[in-house]
Amino acid sequence: MIFYNPLKYLESKKNSAGWRIWGMIEFKNIRKSFGEKVVLDDVSHVMETGKANLIIGQSGSGKTVLQKCLVGLFEPDEGEIIYDGMSFTDMNVDERKELRQQIGMLFQGSALFDSMTVEQNIMFPLDMFTKNNFRDKLKRVNEVLARVNLEGVNKKYPAELSGGMKKRVGIARAIVLNPKFLFCDEPNSGLDPQTSMVIDKLILDITREFNMTTVINTHDMNSVMEMGENIIYLFEGKKEWTGNKKDIIFSKNERLNNFIFASEFLQDAKDMRMLEAKGKISDDRDMDELLKGDKLD
Amino acid sequence: MFTRPENMRMYWKELMHQCVEIGIGSLGIVIIISFFMGAVSAVQTSYQLVSPLIPLTTIAQIVRDTVILEFAPTVVCIVLAGVVGSKIASELGNMRVSEQIDALEIMGINTKSYLIMPKIAACLITIPMLVVLSMVLGIVGGRLAGAATKILSTDTYDMGLILNFVPYNVFFALVKAYTFSFIISSIPSYYGYYVKGGALEIGRSSTKSVVVSCVMILFADYVLAALLLNK
Ligand SMILES: Nc1ncnc2c1ncn2[C@@H]1O[C@H](COP(=O)(O)OP(=O)(O)OP(=O)(O)O)[C@@H](O)[C@H]1O
Ligand SMILES: [Mg+2]
Repeated sequence: MIFYNPLKYLESKKNSAGWRIWGMIEFKNIRKSFGEKVVLDDVSHVMETGKANLIIGQSGSGKTVLQKCLVGLFEPDEGEIIYDGMSFTDMNVDERKELRQQIGMLFQGSALFDSMTVEQNIMFPLDMFTKNNFRDKLKRVNEVLARVNLEGVNKKYPAELSGGMKKRVGIARAIVLNPKFLFCDEPNSGLDPQTSMVIDKLILDITREFNMTTVINTHDMNSVMEMGENIIYLFEGKKEWTGNKKDIIFSKNERLNNFIFASEFLQDAKDMRMLEAKGKISDDRDMDELLKGDKLD
Repeated sequence: MFTRPENMRMYWKELMHQCVEIGIGSLGIVIIISFFMGAVSAVQTSYQLVSPLIPLTTIAQIVRDTVILEFAPTVVCIVLAGVVGSKIASELGNMRVSEQIDALEIMGINTKSYLIMPKIAACLITIPMLVVLSMVLGIVGGRLAGAATKILSTDTYDMGLILNFVPYNVFFALVKAYTFSFIISSIPSYYGYYVKGGALEIGRSSTKSVVVSCVMILFADYVLAALLLNK
């Protein structure tokens, strides 16, 4: 009856080297509405292992709702969600609880426990689910804090941190148990481009390093271009387009183009890339001339 | 390394934390109101008993019985419904709105039992203790007020205290205290846990939970009196 115990089942899929070779999330025909309003309409896709899987779309297009459906915070009205061959939709409460110990999630608003210090926040999952002694747990906490480039804030409360620091603590808490699945809801909304970049890189690195299945909601173009390996574009609750960051540049989908290359600047950048790809701009000769012009001023 | 949930210790820790928050947190207000309730009831009782035929010890008896039967359990619990209830409702409401409850849920924790049970248990442990403390302080308050206003000496008061003492009243007060503790913790937990919306709704639900708990306390007070004091 191994199939009724997700953890055992997942464990059994470890190969001899201890690598976990599983981690696909597949969802089929997800439909979700709140009252009259249809938020998700027949969305299907496969989230791949070891990759950053991006859900992109305008504000209000249903990204958060889709992600919450995937982890079971919302129950979809129709459709099926499959974690590595096991139907999440059919799991009972206990099976879900066990699977969730393999899930880390970063919420749009960080969702740190504000009565606890940073250290206690990150240690919380360890306290709950491991039997390690305090020293080992502390070591692990410091390890993940170092991983997100945040050291020396152990004793601070979430209210004393900046938005970006909170996000990073959120990531640290999400990855402290080495989850197999990482969900990030707009990891860089409200952050400056540089910090966003740092966080994107971090998520991407962790994903690669631990071969996780990472699902990221974003409407930040830099992130899309930085880590878009498997992108699903939602438009008003429907799957409008799917592909990777290279496909985006050559995509003829009007809505996607308008969404991604919203500004004239980005539109120009896209055109440049197109020309470059077609061999119409040879190399960086033009750039040199531009720079020369700059120096003359 | 990362194995089965072993969270009994965490539940225990949370319970202790809540006991401190709820018990120690409302100690001050309970001390103040009990003391003055006792003092005022001593003075007012003597004011109302004008006949010289009634012995002074009666004042002590009346103070003792009203404090034990009504003031300590009911009034203190109504005050605590405001203090503790709004705290519980707004704490849970804030956790709900800022997605902290979802975060716990995602970790695979049963949030209803982890967040609500320790609060109810802590109330059941600490509030009856506070009520007993309140009885003692109310009676002491009456004694000091009686002496200070020269209404009756402390000796007369002490004599009155042991006159016709009915231990059943204390039992009845404790039954009330346990019932009210459950009301004070469970109703605000419900309102807080199921908040939808933002900061405004947190405030609203916490106010509502206090109002509902107070009404429930008074209603339960009546029902218990009818059931247990009806000879
Ligand atoms: N709990 C809810 N009850 C009712 N409607 C909801 C609820 N949550 C979301 N919605 C609706 O679903 C739609 C999609 O919301 P969602 O939060 O998924 O958007 P989003 O793509 O994440 O946007 P953003 O980029 O701004 O976070 C919105 O129109 C919203 O009004
Ligand atoms: Mg969102």
